[in-house]
Amino acid sequence: MSDEKMSVIVQTIAGMLFPMVLIFSFYVILHGHLTPGGGFQGGAIGASAVALLIVAYGSKTIEKKMAEENLSIFESLGGLVFVIVAIAGFILASAFLSNFLVGEPLFGQIPGWGESPLNSGGFLPILNIAVGMKVIGGLSAIVLMLALVSREVKEQ
Amino acid sequence: MIEINLFEVLIVVLSVFMIASAVIAVWFKDLLASVISLAAMSLVLSLYFYILHAPDVAIAEAGVGAALTTAILIITIRATYRMEGEK
Repeated sequence: MSDEKMSVIVQTIAGMLFPMVLIFSFYVILHGHLTPGGGFQGGAIGASAVALLIVAYGSKTIEKKMAEENLSIFESLGGLVFVIVAIAGFILASAFLSNFLVGEPLFGQIPGWGESPLNSGGFLPILNIAVGMKVIGGLSAIVLMLALVSREVKEQ
Repeated sequence: MIEINLFEVLIVVLSVFMIASAVIAVWFKDLLASVISLAAMSLVLSLYFYILHAPDVAIAEAGVGAALTTAILIITIRATYRMEGEK
């Protein structure tokens, strides 16, 4: 009953707000090694954008658009990228999670005090992106499955 | 002559607001109003973290506490009963 779609006003505003919140989430993730925030914080912001869509459009519509399996695959891909990069540090450099990309021309130096370019910090942006993928996929799947299952419980 | 520090005044005001909204969250019988009160407490807590020079924790608190926890609790209330003690 109460899981039906909300009014057209709420749906329109949620659809307009969703890309903006997602872009802010990507900003927080990509600047994780320079400014406050990082993979987890940006991922939580992106998952709250998906929760906004679930509240506005109802869980069934969102389940058709982004299936829970796809979200789980996205989450597992993030974990896989993190582990592969960490083991590459073990193979190419001295130890597990060793920053083997620092000093390369594309990835830059370790950022110091003050302003730094975006491509700095070695492999830290890659790790932040991996953690962000994991948090977006995991928290979105949790909220989506909670909405779907609670709807089934209510109907019984 | 008493010197009033603006920072301490802000901390006292935020603490009073946080304690008030936490007590209100326990006191309400309407669980939906309790959840909204908890979200307000979480928002003030993130402002508190920001003025204590922990912007990283403030972003995490605002994202998880004020947005995701509220959504999860409201979805859970929708599957059960809205009023406390209702059957």
